[in-house]
Amino acid sequence: MDIERLLKVLGDAEELELENVDILAEELELVMTSVPRPQLPVRVGYKDLSFEKPLEEFPGGVSVVRFGNTSQDGGTRSHSVFVGGEKTMPFYRFEAENPYNPVVAFDVFDMPIGLAKPVKIHYQEVMEDPAEWAKLCVDKYGADMVTIHLISTDPTIKDTPVSEAVKTVEEVLQAVKVPIIIGGSGNPDKDPEVLEKAAEAAEGERVMLNSASLNLDYKRVAKAAMDYGHVVLSWTQLDINDQKTLNRHLFGMGVQKEDMLIDPTTAALGYGLEYSFSIMERMRLAALKGDKDLQCPIASGTTNAWGAREAWMKESPVEGETWGDRMKRGPLWEAVSALSLALAGCDMFMMMCPTSVALFKEMISQLTGDPDMRPASTWLMGVGQ
Amino acid sequence: MKRLGPLDLYRHLPKTNCGECGEKTCMAFASQIIERTVKLTDCPYLKGSHLEALIKMTSPAVRQVVFGKKSPVKIGGEDVLYRHELTYFNETAIAIDVDDRMTDDELLERVAYVTNFSHERIGQELTLQAVAIKNVSQDPAVFAECVQKVAAKTDKALIVCSFLPESLEAALSVCDDNPLLYAATKDTWEQVGGLAMKYDCPVVAFADNNLSELKSVVHALQSMGLKDIAVDPGIHPENLSATVNEFVEIRRVSMNEDDTMNCPIIGIPAACTNPMEEVMSAALMIDRFADLLIFHTTDMYAVLPVITLRQNIYTDPRRPVSVDAGLRTFGTPTKESPLLATTNFALTYYTVASDIESSGLNAYLLVFDTEGLGVEASVAGGQLDAYKAKEAIEKTQVKDVVSHKKIIIPGMAARISGELEQISGWEVLVGPRDSSGIPEFLNKRWN
Ligand code: B12
Ligand code: SF4
Repeated sequence: MDIERLLKVLGDAEELELENVDILAEELELVMTSVPRPQLPVRVGYKDLSFEKPLEEFPGGVSVVRFGNTSQDGGTRSHSVFVGGEKTMPFYRFEAENPYNPVVAFDVFDMPIGLAKPVKIHYQEVMEDPAEWAKLCVDKYGADMVTIHLISTDPTIKDTPVSEAVKTVEEVLQAVKVPIIIGGSGNPDKDPEVLEKAAEAAEGERVMLNSASLNLDYKRVAKAAMDYGHVVLSWTQLDINDQKTLNRHLFGMGVQKEDMLIDPTTAALGYGLEYSFSIMERMRLAALKGDKDLQCPIASGTTNAWGAREAWMKESPVEGETWGDRMKRGPLWEAVSALSLALAGCDMFMMMCPTSVALFKEMISQLTGDPDMRPASTWLMGVGQ
Repeated sequence: MKRLGPLDLYRHLPKTNCGECGEKTCMAFASQIIERTVKLTDCPYLKGSHLEALIKMTSPAVRQVVFGKKSPVKIGGEDVLYRHELTYFNETAIAIDVDDRMTDDELLERVAYVTNFSHERIGQELTLQAVAIKNVSQDPAVFAECVQKVAAKTDKALIVCSFLPESLEAALSVCDDNPLLYAATKDTWEQVGGLAMKYDCPVVAFADNNLSELKSVVHALQSMGLKDIAVDPGIHPENLSATVNEFVEIRRVSMNEDDTMNCPIIGIPAACTNPMEEVMSAALMIDRFADLLIFHTTDMYAVLPVITLRQNIYTDPRRPVSVDAGLRTFGTPTKESPLLATTNFALTYYTVASDIESSGLNAYLLVFDTEGLGVEASVAGGQLDAYKAKEAIEKTQVKDVVSHKKIIIPGMAARISGELEQISGWEVLVGPRDSSGIPEFLNKRWN
């Protein structure tokens, strides 16, 4: 019992005689609970205060990038997809409404790849056929966009000739009408050529080339994007200064910020997610504050989340320890990674597991909509799980 | 925003460098105060109103509230909005809810779950902090009985939850562990605040989706002399937009030195009706400033992503998480036992260590000093190359420890293997890419 505090509270009460300093703590408690409300000192009491919204004004903003040309723009996409245009941090709607919602591009590969079971079960039937794979993502899982990753072109994998890779791109463009992204294999020697030829084949469709990075001839990739009217992804590896440098090089070549996204690399939940989270948060805040090097929408290879052991492993390798149902754990791993990065400022999510995407999209629809609410107090009344 | 450097504080210290505080100089003391590793009262020369002014000056933007006597839980105490601006200090506490209509079995099972929960990840022990007891029955006597049962079974801190002041009072009469009182409202602040005064407990102010009302409740509680107040702006699992916006607004006014609303924030994912959504909303709240969560689902698939995210977000961005380099032993290795190598990035080291331990191997592990980087990043960045590896082999004198001259390096460091063989004279075996493959690799390749 803190008598000093009690005394302070009661100190001003007119009807209380506190001269008797021998008073025991127990007695004091009794006295206090019997103080009738109207006689409390004016200082103590309920006053209707108003909460002033702590608004911030940002001098900068993020560019709007459009993917996909419809017949009106000379393409064959059924619609365009927009990202960017932020004026405040994501979902800070008390401050400003950002114009576009995060979008999800499903990853499709040009050859079967090893996948964790919770992901594999969705694609087993289509893994041999990228066009069917892409179609499934759009028709069944509601993909906003798809990425065709031309990984088989890697000389150390299958060394698929560029001409064949281009055919795959054409097939995917035929199979789906959503805007698409074209990814290389990550091989720095071959990617520029693969992406150049793919960009040419997709001329007029306004795809995104994935990607221009510091470890390959990014000039060729960026030039291909400019020549054929595409968007380019500027990709660096968890280093904000590298990102600024590469962006400046690309802007210097004439790439417009309406034609570029930036990807600082996604580390998985539990495997460095905090690096990606903070780099994106810093990049977005910098853009809003006026840093012209970073005023592009942000993209994430969220599928990396499946690289985390807790996502792909069937069960904990530690004896006697369980990690719970992998069919739920894995998808949550990817969805939590996506949601965290969305809050940090990421606009575009390259994802894989349909369950993860559904979980993520449900959150986005809440965060950008105004669903009805029941009283919050129902939680305490036993309503819920 | 309120951000203090050591110099700002140093100016107000005695500057005699007497060392009585345990630090060598007043400047060192100032730095440690900023790091929160020492207290101002450790300097015997700071007194009275001067001391009070300094305490006010160095107190965090978000007030720190502590509940629970046996296992105190600190919430709030943050100084920045975004982690990269400095670091976060007190990780989001997680409470699991129980209610007073549960059967004894269910109740005690959940209490035991919280009490015993421990998950080791990257050398850290991840735990749960509290039990939140809900007064679903709305009956004070039933509630008190339940609280008593829980308190008897756990040392974890408690949150007693009811909108009925009589129930809270009944709970307090049977629990003297300084529980967090949930919650005082516009209608009950006086009674609940009175209980908080009487029992010296921290208290939660609640208002449903109305920050002006919430602020008024906090203010009313403060006017009674209460300081340890946390806030719940009302969680709407079907409209988390309201939640995020309110959390952000509250945290931002704290950073603007508002001295009413600078309270720790409570989020209640347990209000969700489905476990997957509960995980998502918990993630949302951890990413956006929640200081305490009340969670319901106890399946590991749901708890694991939440505690992992919390560990990530609350990692101090100023320090690479690393372990000491050098030679470690696992089990009881002999001169013939295998010698493995890895880097001193904490995530890497503990992953590898746990793989070796859980398979019960007897082995040596040479930990390279890669400045706290993982295998792939250090090979790419040059913190690990053949020369540095050779140096480590020589420095630790492993040649005297093992009788063979074979070292197993991570698969992802394959590219240093040739050169390392040449310059060190050791036979270099390239292990699997993931350390979970070590036991199988040894089976096949180690004699
Ligand atoms: C987080 C991260 C960072 C963090 C580093 C965090 C840290 N402290 O290490 C930061 C941001 C600092 C970083 C920096 C860089 N990074 Co980095 N980074 C990553 C990322 C996202 C995760 C790496 C990680 O933590 N993995 C988890 C740990 C536990 O893995 P691990 O150490 O490899 O350990 C595993 C295995 O090696 C094996 N293992 C370990 N020890 C042993 C021992 C034995 C005996 C055996 C058998 C097995 C084994 O088992 C372990 C568990 O699976 C990866 C991409 C990815 N993979 O997701 C890129 C990645 C590693 N980075 C990369 C690069 C290029 C860099 C930079 C050079 C970039 C730059 N901008 O400068 C710098 C290098 C550092 C420098 N400049 O000094 C590249 C490497 C490419 C390559 N293969 O050469 C990667 C792969 C990204 C990419 N796809 O390009 N990075
Ligand atoms: S005890 Fe006080 S005066 Fe002495 S060194 Fe420490 S801070 Fe300075």
